[in-house]
Amino acid sequence: MKGWIGRVLRVNLSEGTYRSEPLNEEWAREYLGGRGLGTRYYFEEVGPSVDPLSEGNNLYFATGPLTGTLAASAGRFNVVAKSPLTGTIGAANSGGYLGPEMKFAGWDMIVIEGKAPKPVYVYVNNDQVRIEDASSLWGTETHEATDRLLEMTDPEAKVAVIGPAGENLSLIANIINDKHRAPGRGGMGAVMGAKNLKALVVRGTKGVSVADREAFMRAVKVAREKLAQHPVTGSGLPLYGTNVLVNILNQNGGLPTRNFREGVFEGADKISGEAQREGRLLRNKGCFGCSIGCGRVSFAEGYDHHGEGPEYETSWSFGADCGVDDIDAVAMANYRCNELGLDTISMGSTIACAMELYEMGLITKEMAGLELRFGNKDALVPMVEAAAHKRGKIGELLSMGSYRLASHFGHPELSMTSKKQEMPAYDPRAIQGIGLNYATSNRGACHVRGYTISPEILGVPQKLDPQSTEDKPTWDKVFQDLTAAVDSVGMCLFTTFGIGAEEIADQLSAATGIDYSVDALMKAGERIWNMERLFNLKEGFTSADDSLPPRMAQEPLPHGPHKGKVSRVPEMLPRYYDARGWTSDGVPTEDKIRELGLQWAR
Amino acid sequence: MEKVLLVTPERCIGCGSCELACSFNKSGQFKPSISRVGVHRFEKGQNVPMMCFQCDEAPCAKACKPQALHKGTSGLVEFDKDKCIGCRMCVMACPFGNVSYDRYAKELVKCDQCGGDPQCVQFCPTKAIEYLPAESAVLNKKRRFAKRISDALEEVKD
Repeated sequence: MKGWIGRVLRVNLSEGTYRSEPLNEEWAREYLGGRGLGTRYYFEEVGPSVDPLSEGNNLYFATGPLTGTLAASAGRFNVVAKSPLTGTIGAANSGGYLGPEMKFAGWDMIVIEGKAPKPVYVYVNNDQVRIEDASSLWGTETHEATDRLLEMTDPEAKVAVIGPAGENLSLIANIINDKHRAPGRGGMGAVMGAKNLKALVVRGTKGVSVADREAFMRAVKVAREKLAQHPVTGSGLPLYGTNVLVNILNQNGGLPTRNFREGVFEGADKISGEAQREGRLLRNKGCFGCSIGCGRVSFAEGYDHHGEGPEYETSWSFGADCGVDDIDAVAMANYRCNELGLDTISMGSTIACAMELYEMGLITKEMAGLELRFGNKDALVPMVEAAAHKRGKIGELLSMGSYRLASHFGHPELSMTSKKQEMPAYDPRAIQGIGLNYATSNRGACHVRGYTISPEILGVPQKLDPQSTEDKPTWDKVFQDLTAAVDSVGMCLFTTFGIGAEEIADQLSAATGIDYSVDALMKAGERIWNMERLFNLKEGFTSADDSLPPRMAQEPLPHGPHKGKVSRVPEMLPRYYDARGWTSDGVPTEDKIRELGLQWAR
Repeated sequence: MEKVLLVTPERCIGCGSCELACSFNKSGQFKPSISRVGVHRFEKGQNVPMMCFQCDEAPCAKACKPQALHKGTSGLVEFDKDKCIGCRMCVMACPFGNVSYDRYAKELVKCDQCGGDPQCVQFCPTKAIEYLPAESAVLNKKRRFAKRISDALEEVKD
């Protein structure tokens, strides 16, 4: 095989064994890699109704056929398992250096099965695999664990690790790779924790081959040139990082503020990318093979701390959503999440939910240990620490995400979630298409499953009216399918600002030697999307779960350009199902299943 | 005219595109372990791409018994594969770690500036590695530093 390595490493922690097996080539062709192929394997090998925190929930670290090549921003990998937060299929995507290193070590995918009797880490050095005792690392934070693992193995190795949050089975725990990157959503850190797996360490010195070298380099040059020329990938993201969005969304009245009670934040400018660049930036950083380089190495003044971020989502979650306009407090909460192993979107939004409960008198000062009101910057870090360590009743509740927190107090409607996962930083009342995408995302509310912000706000590839609903079902479908393909080939979603299916298909075809037309690529994305849907349906999800919190439909935005507007997901949903070739109950029709070759998944 | 690879570490974002481009050009594979340029990443986002400095008094060439390595008229430390006996004395001699040996391909891993079209430069997204005439490379550097002095003086004036 070319592009793909053609090998899967399977590690069984219960038995302490491992073996190499050939990659299923037919599946690779149809599900590409990463998110798609990982889910194909998961579906086959695990199937529905497993407890996500039991040893039966396999964990797949999956690269794509373009991972580790010069293809545009192709340094990515996915972690697939059933999500303990949502109960849906979980697939979390990350950059950094780990994914390419897996390919250089000679593996497309590393499957972790079972549960170790005591804490371990898995060290993969090319063909050598060791399952090592990690008792001395248990309890350490992610940076310390990474440094110690590099000392214990190989300083050039790449590390994915969990922190205390994952060990303590927080449902919003993530995995941290290369210290600052995260397969972030859905609680994948807790899946690792439940397996007693502290870390995966990979070192590889082999190479990745492509089928047609000349055609590949031609396609790569075209794609990279387009990224360099495009205003978003060539100047906006390199100059300001994702944080460039704070002011843009605020001006568009779609920056959710104080647990989505409002869509305009008076302190937005103070936590923006522009503010970050002015006085808090150390360096720009790129993931492996990336020419965009949106990463920010930064510091928090007054805290004597540096790290990476905050990205836009985090500036929003700890900033606007908690009503905090202090860039250093937000950055510090971000760094601590990375060190403790927590998803910053879910954590910030859960704290925002707790702040609303506090203001209603349901959470007391005694319980929180501080004044948990909106705008209290000094509440952020203590709440993050409490959640990671499940410290006290408040920590226990925060660690489970906002849905379980709000339900505990009898107010599940105050949790800003879909399928129990926290909504990201774009208000569905101001931007209709992204709301539909949150509601229909197969892993619970998520912006990077179909980033319609691109046309609705940024005007890429064309400007859409954020309030229109007629056109959004089709746009959502196309964006979701393309994203599924991008996540699966190993490229970064950010490339899609500057390039489209054509450039991706050209790179993929030249790398693999398989002729992927634009249609074939989009069909693969659609196949992956429908497979995920079929998995969730088997888990008992229904169209009733394709919904947003009641606040989105019942409480109009109080200020800004979209004042008075509500989200109209129910109005768009039937047309979305129709565009997808699903029944009015949101079930893929027999025809659609056959068209996509998904008979096996029924 | 002699051209040199000029590295400006503060521009490097650590993406390693140079390693991918270099190894692909040399081996036909994306294989950073045999790349002639290596990016070294440190805390706080400091990254330094390293490759052969093409020393005038090259310790690798001095250590090379069969004289497979020598400083050529092109300005490069040139390598003659036919003369190489694979003793790796050059690897030991290079004080910077910029020479290594690929035991599978049985060849020296050392930058040769791709015969005048360095691939690392082509694919560096931030111009952290540039290929410039030796004279202007130094001048650019001088100018950049002079600008910083000038800026500092302006600040003092204010």
